Amino acid sequence: MSDKNARSYWQANVRIVLSLLFVWFFISFVCGILFVDFLDQFRFGGFKLGFWMAQQGSIYGFVILIYVYIWLMDRLDKRYDLDQSHSADTAHMDIEADASEGPQ
Amino acid sequence: MSVQLWTYLFVFLTFGLYIGIAVWSKAGSTHDFYVAGGGVSPLTNGMATAADWMSAASFISMAGLISFLGRDGTYYLMGWTGGYVLLALLLAPYLRKFGKFTVPAFIGDRYYSHSARLSAVFCAIVVSFVYVCGQMQGAGIVFSRFLEVDITTGVIIGMAIVFFYAVLGGMKGITYTQVAQYCVLIFAYMVPAVFISFMMTGNPIPQLGFGSELTPEYGGGYLLDRLDGVSEDLGFGTYTDGQKSTQDVFFITAALMFGTAGLPHVIIRFFTVPGVHDARRSAGFALIFIAILYTTAPAIAAFSKTNLMNTVNNAEYTDMPSWFTTWERTSLIAFDDKNNDGRIQYVGDPEINELTVNRDIMVLANPEIARLPNWVIALVAAGALAAALSTAAGLLLVISTSISHDLLKRCLAPDITEKQELSYARIAIFIAVLIAGYFGINPPGFVAEVVAFAFGLAAASFFPAIVLGIFYSRMNRQGAVAGMLTGFFFTATYIIYFKFINPEMSNAEHWWFGISPEGIGTMGTILNLVVALLVCRVTTPPPEYVQRIVRHIRLPGE
Repeated sequence: MSDKNARSYWQANVRIVLSLLFVWFFISFVCGILFVDFLDQFRFGGFKLGFWMAQQGSIYGFVILIYVYIWLMDRLDKRYDLDQSHSADTAHMDIEADASEGPQ
Repeated sequence: MSVQLWTYLFVFLTFGLYIGIAVWSKAGSTHDFYVAGGGVSPLTNGMATAADWMSAASFISMAGLISFLGRDGTYYLMGWTGGYVLLALLLAPYLRKFGKFTVPAFIGDRYYSHSARLSAVFCAIVVSFVYVCGQMQGAGIVFSRFLEVDITTGVIIGMAIVFFYAVLGGMKGITYTQVAQYCVLIFAYMVPAVFISFMMTGNPIPQLGFGSELTPEYGGGYLLDRLDGVSEDLGFGTYTDGQKSTQDVFFITAALMFGTAGLPHVIIRFFTVPGVHDARRSAGFALIFIAILYTTAPAIAAFSKTNLMNTVNNAEYTDMPSWFTTWERTSLIAFDDKNNDGRIQYVGDPEINELTVNRDIMVLANPEIARLPNWVIALVAAGALAAALSTAAGLLLVISTSISHDLLKRCLAPDITEKQELSYARIAIFIAVLIAGYFGINPPGFVAEVVAFAFGLAAASFFPAIVLGIFYSRMNRQGAVAGMLTGFFFTATYIIYFKFINPEMSNAEHWWFGISPEGIGTMGTILNLVVALLVCRVTTPPPEYVQRIVRHIRLPGE
């Protein structure tokens, strides 16, 4: 991969990471801690919303975030030909990679 | 069948399973011993990571802690799960691409310096020892309470089992036993929770049950409303409201998150998968497996608090069910009839309150309090032992690899053969087991305090150094070392001052910005970052080959 490609791949990677970290901060620190009392005025079932975000919702959010990350990165890797299905010009590297990485 | 017989049966069966796995997965090379051959599937590694991560404290103490902290207990829940987002997004894929065996190896190579490597070895060993002593102690306590052997015998049995599979199999043995241990511990945690949830609310899913209405036998109405009401009446404060200051909860949560992402025994698990894509997936699996327990814990906390208050408050002491006297004998519950009326007053006011309840009882005695069948009660012991042993093994491996690989092979004796390195790794793990066992039998009084230490220190030393090493290619040796040392010593000083030198001053009035010692790691992390960036600006950039390493680890594939 050329230096220019590597740089733009990395920039896209950092953008994905930063936007997901923003969501991470929002669901945990903002909803679960800073504005928890405000959110507590809303209820669903037996839960106050702020309390639910703090003890349940944020954790579900974290799981979803990691899966969104996996999905976005897979898409990015495919666009830059960095996933397992390499194009012809990197085929010789493929063999090496397969040898060291084992069957998927 | 009695509870004790069931307990013996479960413990015997699970230990047999761990030994069987150990024999089957003997390590033949350092590659096997350090990273399980590097061919572990993401799913397997996710389970192993979850068991590695969830310790005796998560299993035994966390639900109890939450039930006494109420909403504030959330910093454990978010802190110990949110860290995995950081791990997945900022560390795991890049460290996997880097492809070495240990965290000090990354720090040492990335910052082209033996002093950086050695300080990382030092931090890794201190953090892991602190942690492993607590696991051994946990194993000892479970043995003594459930199997009625003394703590020493309990710890020795635990040591023997860990010794067997860790020394024989290294990371390979540990990985596959951890998978088995995860299954044991999650089953043991969920079965009582499902039973109790169904009994109290008619909903078998605890995560939903604690937002549901109680069944008529329990008085009806939403469980959490009921819990709030009873807590207020007894003077404990509203359960679903916070008691601690917002900034303190904020800082503690952040310190636990950064610490989680910086703990070496978790990071090294990601070296065992085949590639970068697998590292990402494996972080996802790990968090799912962890979230199952972590979303159940607050439900158990609410159920057991309600149950406890219903059972004991204002009841005749002589009417107490049998579990009460059983746990009184282990002094986890203590009743002092201050006003001599023969009834138990369990209230928030310490002058009138007659009952002291140890937080661990919320998980350990919960099945008995809810009158569940004997086999369910017995499961808890096997689960708690699985949690303690799996974490202990992961930590011991960090200690062993730090010594045999980073200290001996890379610094002191680079000429040793692979075979020698492997035997040194085994000797190191053997000695580490002995030391951990000693501290398990003779626990230093400060074990509970030092756990806060482990997280604070991991947060303030490793986390920024690794993240900067990946995301800022200009970061050099001088900056990283200065940052790590500042973060480490600032955090250590603050904790030592408030925990050991002046514990009576440890309150919001004297803390800086109202941040408790548990949360100061966040400050340490920020300081580390600032110092590292400042020093880096005024010193020479890292050599070209190091910047090439950085460019290399940023791309997946070869």
